[in-house]
Amino acid sequence: MTSKDLILRRIRAALGDTAVPDVPRDYRRAGAGKPDIERLVDRLVDYKAVVHRGSDIAGIVASLEPGRLVVPPGLDPAWLPPGVGTVEDEHDADAVLTAATVAIAETGTIVLDGSPDQGRRVISLLPDLHICVVRPDQVVAAVPDAIARLDPRRPLTWISGPSATSDIELNRVEGVHGPRRLHVILTDR
Amino acid sequence: MSTFLGMPATAPRGVGHLRGDESFPEAARKALGNEQLRRNLAHATTTIRGKSGAVVAELPDWQELRSAGSALKAATMARLPELLEQLEANVTAAGGVVHWAADATEANRIVTGLVEATGHRRVIKVKSMATQEIGLNEALEAAGIAPVETDLAELIVQLGHDKPSHILVPAIHRNRTEIRDIFLREMPGVDPALTDDPATLAAAARRYLRETFLSTKVAVSGANFAVAETGTLAVLESEGNGRMCLTLPDTLITVMGIEKVVPTWRDLEVFLQLLPRASTGERMNPYTSMWTGVTPGDGPQEFHLVLLDNGRTAVLADEVGRQALHCIRCSACLNVCPVYERTGGHAYGSVYPGPIGAVLSPQLTGVADNASLPYASSLCGACFDACPVKIDIPSILVHLRNEAPHPRTERIAMAAAAYTMDRPALYARAQHAAKLSRHATRLPPPLNGWTASRDLPQPPPETFRDWWAAR
Ligand code: SF4
Repeated sequence: MTSKDLILRRIRAALGDTAVPDVPRDYRRAGAGKPDIERLVDRLVDYKAVVHRGSDIAGIVASLEPGRLVVPPGLDPAWLPPGVGTVEDEHDADAVLTAATVAIAETGTIVLDGSPDQGRRVISLLPDLHICVVRPDQVVAAVPDAIARLDPRRPLTWISGPSATSDIELNRVEGVHGPRRLHVILTDR
Repeated sequence: MSTFLGMPATAPRGVGHLRGDESFPEAARKALGNEQLRRNLAHATTTIRGKSGAVVAELPDWQELRSAGSALKAATMARLPELLEQLEANVTAAGGVVHWAADATEANRIVTGLVEATGHRRVIKVKSMATQEIGLNEALEAAGIAPVETDLAELIVQLGHDKPSHILVPAIHRNRTEIRDIFLREMPGVDPALTDDPATLAAAARRYLRETFLSTKVAVSGANFAVAETGTLAVLESEGNGRMCLTLPDTLITVMGIEKVVPTWRDLEVFLQLLPRASTGERMNPYTSMWTGVTPGDGPQEFHLVLLDNGRTAVLADEVGRQALHCIRCSACLNVCPVYERTGGHAYGSVYPGPIGAVLSPQLTGVADNASLPYASSLCGACFDACPVKIDIPSILVHLRNEAPHPRTERIAMAAAAYTMDRPALYARAQHAAKLSRHATRLPPPLNGWTASRDLPQPPPETFRDWWAAR
């Protein structure tokens, strides 16, 4: 007997004729709340992310002095400040500039799904500074709204603030392995 | 013989970390003498409890989420064979390979074989209870493969040749000076002038691990959830070491207990709200990675999922005890437990400490192998109140106490303890009285043995149960 057969048989023997209970779904489901951008800002800041607002993306990026910048292949070229050169290899980059797929107001979370304007997962992981552009129509109220919008077959990275650890006497330290700084640019439209 | 094949089985002896070398009371007595441990634990549990309470209070539908989470888990267990096969089919369709491991020995053999097949001798690891449970690191080392823990706390534990003491903050028993000393002693290339500032220590770990991340081709992880409907795996973490392990290597091997499956993608909307708030007291953990099989051109191009039984079917066979399998490893029950707070995680002898450990370990191993653990509790009920999926730990404890075969002497000692512990009302009243007096320096029996020679911290103005009832 294969281990698969063995385990499945063991489970069936253990369960007997256990009934499947109904799942009550009276928590707030998708569509229960309005996307609240002010709340998103509040939550992002609470997580030590820095929030910029406005439509001059290239200008804001330039003001952050990104150094060697890596960008995903499908990024809007208008977001790149003139004179800032991009590098091909994320290992050499100081910063990364990406778009996002969804932002969750209630938790201060940004989700990347590997679309052409977000790129492979590794590019938003190795550089020390992650600059992420979020449009108002990408903001949802809560976790169920994000789940409803996302495609689980894409590789998904949910980001809530920069990398952090509390492993040493519970002191929060930003940046152990991921980007130590997260800057979010919230555009007007 | 065939009648025994396919019957639920407990985790085998001699492999993995589910059984301690000594009974809980013996181990606890030693731990109680460690003042540093008790101070660190009290600080950690109080802090996390406070943070968690605040973010839980933000959600108007917390109780509804708990009810949904609890029912979802029960519904999952009732449909487990069907869901596991669905998961296997979807992971396979997305380019992954699924393996089934009846116990720790088989899981270790599978993972070791997969690593050997890559030709590499080093793996990077994401913190995972399942791989600790089966003793995977020891098995890999025996095969000449070096496992490197990449979670900061797990790294501290590994470099300190130590054992984790908390599910969430495994090195909570160490203070900053001890951590600096461990780094100075064990971390190659570390600056000899290293200070004990937490940011400096974290930076040292970052430097040390970066090179390892970038040069290691195989990673081993656990999983917080696996979605049957889509074949999607999810890992929740804070530091980014998880993202490193899940995206940089060529080969990813994930070891997951069979109980971690959830039926649908939509069901994650429940658990992704419950877990971070109950666990670290955050609205969301800094990083969650989700992947389905392999994605061409992005991340590991070879993915293996190992589905682990190792005693879980024996837990499932117990109608009262099976809800211990609903656990999402948030550690909230540890942080509210007066017994855990005084003894720390090592006293439980298993990788699963605290209240959940007191019910899960004896069921995984068979109660005879962990007979003292069902008594490692005051039955005050705080763990039940704190649990985001409403596991009734006190009832399972009482149930397991009746199952435990005891030698005569132990039986007599425990009968006395059980008299009080089996009467939660009595304990609640004692707790209530302590609150009213605000002068109590002793715990009620049988915990008075532990407080007879040491002061009990001032009781909080209200008990957790009262606070919960009032909110
Ligand atoms: S038993 Fe409940 S509270 Fe304890 S770790 Fe598991 S899910 Fe969390």
